[in-house]
Amino acid sequence: MFKNALTTLLIWLTAALVSGVFVWLLADIIIHGLPKLSWSFLVEAPENAGRSGGIGPIIVSTVLILGVAMVTATPLSLATAVLLSEFIRHDSVFGRLVRRSLDVLAGVPSIVFGLFGNAFFCIYLGLGFSILSGGLTLSCMVLPILIRTAEEGLQATPNDYRLSASALGMSRSATLVHLLLPAATPALVAGLMLGVGRAVAETAALIFTSGYVDRMPDSLFDSGRALSVHIYDLSMNVAGGDASAYSSALVLILLLLIINSIALSLAKQWLHRSVVTA
Amino acid sequence: MSLFRTDRQLALLLQSGALLAAALVLLILLFLVKESWPVLQHVPLIRFVTDASWHPVDGLYKLTPMLSATLYSTLGAVLLATPLGIASALFSRYYAPSFIAGCYRRLIELLAGIPSVVYGFWGLTTLAPLIGRLHPPGVSLLTCILVLTLMILPTVALTADAALAAVPVAYVRGAAALGLSRWGLISGVALPAARSGITAGTLLAAGRAIGETMAVLMVAGNVVQQPQSLFDPVRTLTANIALEMAYATGEHRAALFVSGLALMVMVLVLVGTAELFSKERHHV
Repeated sequence: MFKNALTTLLIWLTAALVSGVFVWLLADIIIHGLPKLSWSFLVEAPENAGRSGGIGPIIVSTVLILGVAMVTATPLSLATAVLLSEFIRHDSVFGRLVRRSLDVLAGVPSIVFGLFGNAFFCIYLGLGFSILSGGLTLSCMVLPILIRTAEEGLQATPNDYRLSASALGMSRSATLVHLLLPAATPALVAGLMLGVGRAVAETAALIFTSGYVDRMPDSLFDSGRALSVHIYDLSMNVAGGDASAYSSALVLILLLLIINSIALSLAKQWLHRSVVTA
Repeated sequence: MSLFRTDRQLALLLQSGALLAAALVLLILLFLVKESWPVLQHVPLIRFVTDASWHPVDGLYKLTPMLSATLYSTLGAVLLATPLGIASALFSRYYAPSFIAGCYRRLIELLAGIPSVVYGFWGLTTLAPLIGRLHPPGVSLLTCILVLTLMILPTVALTADAALAAVPVAYVRGAAALGLSRWGLISGVALPAARSGITAGTLLAAGRAIGETMAVLMVAGNVVQQPQSLFDPVRTLTANIALEMAYATGEHRAALFVSGLALMVMVLVLVGTAELFSKERHHV
């Protein structure tokens, strides 16, 4: 009986500790980050190595890097997911091979993606330190997560759709385009949002692929500094950059919160809908 | 089943897409090996241990200080995060009222989504000065372990939660019907039934800790040395790559790719072992 009470106490204490540290971290960043946060901080260019001024060009670079990553990763992941869930048997050798190699890819540390991106995109393909190199490196990184969520979304569509379409003599391509993909759209978008969240949080893979330059990029071949790289640079390499780093961290967290809530609400909506139709 | 012509064309297109996605891992391995070849070619692996120091420009490649920093910090973080993570999962599944459990789970998910650079920044500005007051300089193996613990705790908690959720209801009801106390039920029935899932989650978390770069780079102090105490500043393998890639050329650069290769192998072994454990769970 005593043991039971003791473990109950310990487990409640653990929960309180974890919540406490989390609140501490968040409060710290909000309290220090809020004073500098303003519209002009979001749109102005950084001055004095980021100590003053804003993060305008950095937000533009971040969005461009994310854009490149998602535009390249989405078609590839959609193709793979459709193949895995609709065109081959679940236990086929090819399918198992693809799934296994994606599991491995999901486990590769981000710094190793950075090394690969530097060697392959920057040097071998001659893209140099550029938004394109960074975006392509991130697209390799988010591929497993996109494929897994898309595959789950497709598999969760009611099997009646496939059977009815087949009975009506529709081709599989038509079934896919007119029935399965529309039905799975919320899940696909939710997966996409998860991928964006993972990509926007990434730093290590970007330091030596998209680089440090904090000017407004003119094209995708320019080097551009992502928001997370900006936080790293301000806190490690710029003395007196902490205030700006706090505000940038707050912007990054808010961005992630928005992305995550969109993903969550889409997933919920889709769950609701599949329950109604089933 | 016969396929339409468009279907065959589409299947071909999809297959090439999937092949490309699957080949990516091989491409990464290929380039890691290709870039580390200049060093691997004439430096026997043993010299990464026996060389006098890490001065890659002079051809000295001792990696052990970085390797032990990585292993110590990972081990420390796993030792701290495992009990905390399992307790978190038990809390939200068996102890908390459902409303609090829902909030707590959401909080853990948020914790999982915070970027590593933010953890690192917080560790540097808040945690490191606190530890520095205890024992200077503050940026140290201990700070590194604490920040890593915070980072991998959600992984342990969420996988343990999922493993506990997969325990058959009949087990739990049966145990309750036998009149076991709550802790008796958990320690005697739920935890043993969820053991392989929890182990798999812990191994995945260890893999994440080994591969983590930014947070570690910001709080560990980055001095190349064999740590003698928890308060010594250390440099991990990942931090070493991030710090030196900017200016490394020639064989120095190749040596960094060798350490990248070593990292990848370590993580793959962990992920592979985790997969074995989760497979065991599916058989039960």
